[in-house]
Amino acid sequence: MSDTKEKQTSSFEMVRALGLVSVICGIIIVGIYQFTLPAADANRKLALERQVFKILPDAKNVVTYYATGKGIIAAQGHDKPPSDAVVFYAVYDSAKKLMGIAAEASSAGYADQVRVLYAYDPEKQVITGIGVISMRETPGIGDRILTDKAFLENFAALDVHLSADLQSLANAVKTVKHGTRSGLWQIDAISGATVTSKAVGRGINESAQALLPRLLPQLDKLRKAS
Amino acid sequence: MSVPSNFDEFLDGIWKQNPIFVMVLGMCPTLAVTVSAVNAISMGLATTFVLGASCLLVSLLRHAIPKQVRIASYILIIATFVTVVDYAIQAISLDLYEALGAYIKLIVANCILLGRAEAHAAKNPPLPATFNAIGMGFGFTLGLFAIGCVREILGAGKLFGISLFGEHFQPWVVMVLPPGGFFVLAGWLIVFAAFEQYKSKRIQGVPS
Repeated sequence: MSDTKEKQTSSFEMVRALGLVSVICGIIIVGIYQFTLPAADANRKLALERQVFKILPDAKNVVTYYATGKGIIAAQGHDKPPSDAVVFYAVYDSAKKLMGIAAEASSAGYADQVRVLYAYDPEKQVITGIGVISMRETPGIGDRILTDKAFLENFAALDVHLSADLQSLANAVKTVKHGTRSGLWQIDAISGATVTSKAVGRGINESAQALLPRLLPQLDKLRKAS
Repeated sequence: MSVPSNFDEFLDGIWKQNPIFVMVLGMCPTLAVTVSAVNAISMGLATTFVLGASCLLVSLLRHAIPKQVRIASYILIIATFVTVVDYAIQAISLDLYEALGAYIKLIVANCILLGRAEAHAAKNPPLPATFNAIGMGFGFTLGLFAIGCVREILGAGKLFGISLFGEHFQPWVVMVLPPGGFFVLAGWLIVFAAFEQYKSKRIQGVPS
């Protein structure tokens, strides 16, 4: 065998080589992470604001909050949300008046998670609009949730008022078969894109059930802060 | 000439050994992200950067890495530069980041990379290794772009997001779905094979 003629590589040399490569790679990765972090954070903030402006066009200022079991806290100054927190965004207009709440709803669609942002009007306890954050639904079929006017009409005033004990929604938000909508809390599915339509309804229901009972008793706090 | 010049090394990947149309490597991003010309070019350039940078480092370290641990080292180096690209794209554009999705991270598993590191960079000095790698990268980008253009034009009626045919165009939706990737790739492979055949016939026909 030719290997016996070659210089034997000692175990130390192998470990040293791997160590060397690891150190070089480690420095590169940490360096690029620190270098790009401010730009990436700014991009994320911008993307969120753009989403919020789409559903609440007169918005001026967006503040991130966490709704926990014990109340709501501003996200600023916290590195990561408490474990049971639901993230939501308080949206203020140019007069610093609370315009509404935006929150994310996410559920499995046909291809991947369908993530939408919905606007909530706390005065009337209705959802007033939705925008898609990300989805990989079939072009021309599932992605009609972006463009189908009749479908978007469902969210002009989708009823999400709380039950008398303030613990859950009075009527769970539900996507129903196309043409059978009978209550203001129901979503009329797009015919042919039922899976995606249902994902939107399910996501909003889950998010609203978790968020609104925590949020509504604390509204005064949000109205004052701006 | 026994030692190819740097320029020859560069051209190698673009034409003679084009990773997509000749070697048929790296099919995962080829089929997955080529729904539009912009995605194709971004993916191609990201891969080119990872190729160039990792082959340069592999070549620089070629005497320091014993062959028993070379695969582990190459993968670590490749993964590092994929992470670099991942963070860089997040900083440049979140829309692009969303569009390319998991496929940026999957550059790690692109066989062109380990193939280049193992077959070329580990045996050559830094300069030719880098030229060869970047040539491969551009060849890959070119291939992705060729597929991406056709799919975007047929599947969405657009090129670089600009509408080409006006309101009345009915998009051929299957072209931006996964099967479309296979159709268009097959189409281009036929074009390349036909061209090769024509060329070899012509060479045979010329009296020597």
